[in-house]
Amino acid sequence: MSRRVDLLIVGAGPAGMSAAIIARRHGMDVLVVDEQIAPGGQIWRNVDAVSATSLGAVLGKAYTEGADVVSRFRASGARYQPRTQVWQVETGPKAFVTCGGVATAIEAGCLLLATGAQERPVPFPGWTLPGVMTVGAAQIVLKASNQIPEGPVWIAGCGPLALIYAVQLLKSGGQIAGFLDTTPPGRVSSNISKWAKATLNAPIDLMKGMSWMAALQRRVPFVRHVTEIEAIGSEKIERLRYVTASGESKVAAASLLLVHEGVVPTIHPTLALGCQHIWNSDQDSFAPELDTWGETSEPNVFVAGDGAGIGGAIAACLRGEIAALRIAAKAGHISDAKAATAAKPIRMRLKRALAPRAFLDSLYRPRPAVFMPTDTAAIACRCEEISVARILAQAGTGHPGPNQVKAFTRAGMGPCQGRQCNYTVAHVLAASEGRPVPDVGLYRVRPPIKPLTLDELSTLGTGGAAS
Amino acid sequence: MSMRALDVLIVGGGLHGLSAALHLARAGKRVTVLERSWVGRHASGASAAGVRTLNRPLVELPISLEAMDMWHKIEMIVGNDCGFNAGGQVRVAEDAKDLSVLERRFATVQGAGYHHEELVDRAELLRLVPAISPHCVGALVARRDGAADPHRTLLAFRRAAEAAGVSINEQCGVTAIERAGSDWRVRTEGRDFVAPVIVNAAGAWAGEIASMLGDNIPLGLKASMMMVTERVAPLLNPVVGVAGRPLSFKQSGQGTLVIGGGLQGRADIKTQRSFVDFDELAKGARAAVDLFPCIRFVRIVRTWAGMEAKTEDHQPVIGASPNGNGVFHAFGFSGHGFQLVPVVGAILADLILHDRTSRPIEAFSAKRLMKREAAA
Repeated sequence: MSRRVDLLIVGAGPAGMSAAIIARRHGMDVLVVDEQIAPGGQIWRNVDAVSATSLGAVLGKAYTEGADVVSRFRASGARYQPRTQVWQVETGPKAFVTCGGVATAIEAGCLLLATGAQERPVPFPGWTLPGVMTVGAAQIVLKASNQIPEGPVWIAGCGPLALIYAVQLLKSGGQIAGFLDTTPPGRVSSNISKWAKATLNAPIDLMKGMSWMAALQRRVPFVRHVTEIEAIGSEKIERLRYVTASGESKVAAASLLLVHEGVVPTIHPTLALGCQHIWNSDQDSFAPELDTWGETSEPNVFVAGDGAGIGGAIAACLRGEIAALRIAAKAGHISDAKAATAAKPIRMRLKRALAPRAFLDSLYRPRPAVFMPTDTAAIACRCEEISVARILAQAGTGHPGPNQVKAFTRAGMGPCQGRQCNYTVAHVLAASEGRPVPDVGLYRVRPPIKPLTLDELSTLGTGGAAS
Repeated sequence: MSMRALDVLIVGGGLHGLSAALHLARAGKRVTVLERSWVGRHASGASAAGVRTLNRPLVELPISLEAMDMWHKIEMIVGNDCGFNAGGQVRVAEDAKDLSVLERRFATVQGAGYHHEELVDRAELLRLVPAISPHCVGALVARRDGAADPHRTLLAFRRAAEAAGVSINEQCGVTAIERAGSDWRVRTEGRDFVAPVIVNAAGAWAGEIASMLGDNIPLGLKASMMMVTERVAPLLNPVVGVAGRPLSFKQSGQGTLVIGGGLQGRADIKTQRSFVDFDELAKGARAAVDLFPCIRFVRIVRTWAGMEAKTEDHQPVIGASPNGNGVFHAFGFSGHGFQLVPVVGAILADLILHDRTSRPIEAFSAKRLMKREAAA
């Protein structure tokens, strides 16, 4: 009942599309599955339809240049299956997907996971109130349907996406009530050597970032060094309270608060496969352990793009190309030597693309309260409404790991499958037990890696006849 | 280190080990539990937690019915209600063929003098389970049955055992067992433990422990799969099974649907890991949507498989070891041991304290499996 392909790529973002283009160039049979309705991934979402419009101009050059990759991907001859969810990956490699309500299995010679990143969950008091959402979610709405929030918006956070979205929002005619910059003080001066290296390699990107900052500071109330945020309201957010490093505390009316504290690699698929992972202390997150081609510890399973460690769109494309060369060599489509030669200039470009990363990672490293809320009444697991205090109480009985905390508190058992609380629980246990976070680790991932309906599962192996 | 500070060593921190520990400690014994990973790591934590007398083999009924009385006062035993909901268990017939199977079962049970099961018609089935598909024709029902919450049960038994003085050692896997005079010396990854009496409640690894103690008991492995959905509005109170298909279906106190029924995943005893087989699990999903068409679009959030020992005749091993003096076994529950937890601990306490029990356990002797092996 299951299909077989040479190369199955999960995700049609920069990494997935670039890998598909290269693998097709070497004559491989490639299937790309993606959850969205059009290629582009998060960064270039909907770029096909939008790049030539006025919204394209609002979103900027870093967005519209995705249109070229999308058109090359469309012309590559790779089979592209949109609106498809991968809900399980297994050794083989083998993937289970649903499309149009029907579940099928796909066996692959190689599997490339180009599943990108997710926004880092930011627990704080009131973060589960309606009217509090992430900057990333707001940007999806802008890209997909050219919609901006009505009325003034508060933006709180740290990192390029918060700045970019604020600028895009102003360009689209949106209103910003205030920008709460949570970047801790002294970050630029303490990372001056990394800054020098970064400016040498990517002067334009960094200047762009600084110009966004300058534009925002001119046009909207801009509060620096915010250390704590609280959303207040009964049915929805009505006010927000923030505290700055100098101890100043303010309350302001708020109807919409967008937060963002950077992104972390999507690792549910590689965790499900039992791949080895490493702790990236610069990015405060786990990432799959990869060789120089992007292959995981699980044979024939590759990761490229932000899922391999946050690197941005250009690095994602290059990592996708490098992985595809190795995959083509493994399948015998080119020699190892040819793959190595072809990869060499790509590796040089990748090095340049990643050069500003050390500086960006240090500059935008989240403040401590992002990992462990100061107010322990804050919710850690929003699906099951389990507070940080409850996790701490559980940590007090013996030295439990995340899996026991999950079993006994139900934290991590909801529909988000632990994506919103896994790091929080790890940080809380680490703090409580005096252990490093990578030593505590995350919940064991239980299949499926994305929820699917009983009806969808019931069709597996029937070719859809049961539906 | 005092070498004789212990009366009983229990190998295995699952529910059966904890129950035995609790009963023995309350009788004044000094008891230590050795658990390789953590309490309830495998079958106990992965259990569907069905509290079922319905459709049990006749030889299990005497102890199962006693266990059911214990479940109805479980709070008095362990200080917590364990999430036990006596909503009944229902075994549904989808057609006339299923119904004749249930009728035969009913006649057999009645004939043996048991009256806990009841045959009901379609109208009564629909009254008990309004959400069930109208094609179902009748059911066998045990109204005092139900289901518990496995994690609350684990926590309750653990706390009760600790309160009674039991010492629980987690991350403490047994590496070897040898005789030390009239005692047993149990070597672990950490320190050694010495005691005159050992209870083998090591679940999937009980065969390995038994062979260290001189009993060669052939055992198979089960990896029964479960799936849990997102929360939904109240749908049903009893636990529902089907005569002709592998399905067990219930709603937890939190509102999630918990679906099992003995569909088998894969187990790797060496790495202590079990795996879900989705092609198999799809059968469970088909049975669930056939019986409850209204839940088709409810999302599955988690699935898992729990590892456990199974015997050739699917009956547990409960009793004294044929070869090891001072050794008692409680394992091989073959996928239906949860309900028996309170009574099996009491049986082991009988055997260890008084050398005998009034409960009928002849059918559960280790010898029955070993003889067959010798004959083969």
